[in-house]
Amino acid sequence: MSAQLLQLICFYAFSAVAVGSALLVITMRNSVHAVLSLVLTFFSVACLWLLAQAEFLAIVLIVVYVGAVMVLFLFVVMMLDINQERMRENFIQYLPVGIIVAAVMLVEMLGLIGVRAMHASLMGPDPAAAAGLSNTAWLGQALYTRFLLPFEIAALILTVGLIAAVVLTLRHKPNTRRQNPGDQVRIKHRERMRIVKMDAERPQESES
Amino acid sequence: MITLSHFIVLGAVLFCIAVAGIFINRKNVIVLLMSIELMLLAVNINFVAFSRFHGDVAGQVFVFFILTVAAAETAIGLAILTLLFRNSNTINIADIDSMKG
Repeated sequence: MSAQLLQLICFYAFSAVAVGSALLVITMRNSVHAVLSLVLTFFSVACLWLLAQAEFLAIVLIVVYVGAVMVLFLFVVMMLDINQERMRENFIQYLPVGIIVAAVMLVEMLGLIGVRAMHASLMGPDPAAAAGLSNTAWLGQALYTRFLLPFEIAALILTVGLIAAVVLTLRHKPNTRRQNPGDQVRIKHRERMRIVKMDAERPQESES
Repeated sequence: MITLSHFIVLGAVLFCIAVAGIFINRKNVIVLLMSIELMLLAVNINFVAFSRFHGDVAGQVFVFFILTVAAAETAIGLAILTLLFRNSNTINIADIDSMKG
């Protein structure tokens, strides 16, 4: 019982940090601080996933999301020179609307979930452990058998995203001398040198 | 004892915070992108909780795919944002009206 109580305390602590830092994300004046709060949110949620025994996804969330995507965010935020004050012009004006919409949505969602369900549905035993596997092996066996085609499509999506990001931000400056590999390959040896016929000329006498 | 409802309520709270973020930061594209990330995170929490609760691996596999697509989306979104800032020198949504939509 004490282990379960400890789990519950950990759950409340991590979710309090997650919700608090999520609130900071949307209210921070400085965008860099907002990104750092988002990192904290992701980290707390990864800890919550560890509590739910989804170890692989928790580590992926930290390594891929915090390590790559959020760092990309930080790069872009620091690269752009943003006028922070102009960004906040209508903040107070929209604040009541945002709070009202979010509160109504939250009440509706909690009503759907139901207060009675709060104590009804206990977490069962860990399905991966029940199958005699670790979480990663459990996930991997499904990923490479039942979900092989979606897995390949996900790889394709990542490749397309990579190429799209490069193509979008590629810039040709007009004054630089760049190699054009297509032209280099396409050229024929006849075009490299041009022979011009002209009459013979004699150097002019300049002392007259 | 952690129940399924704990995770679902947390997901709902995070989702509503993200919706409020979209409403109150209507000028800043970067915060809008971060709110979308928060929404995806809230959905992922629900997927993980249900996967654990029903003992079905499909939920966690789906979280894997959502993370993949969200990473691609973020990369392209930030590339568009950089391009926008380079061309119009602003990321204020109120100033981005050249398409008259």
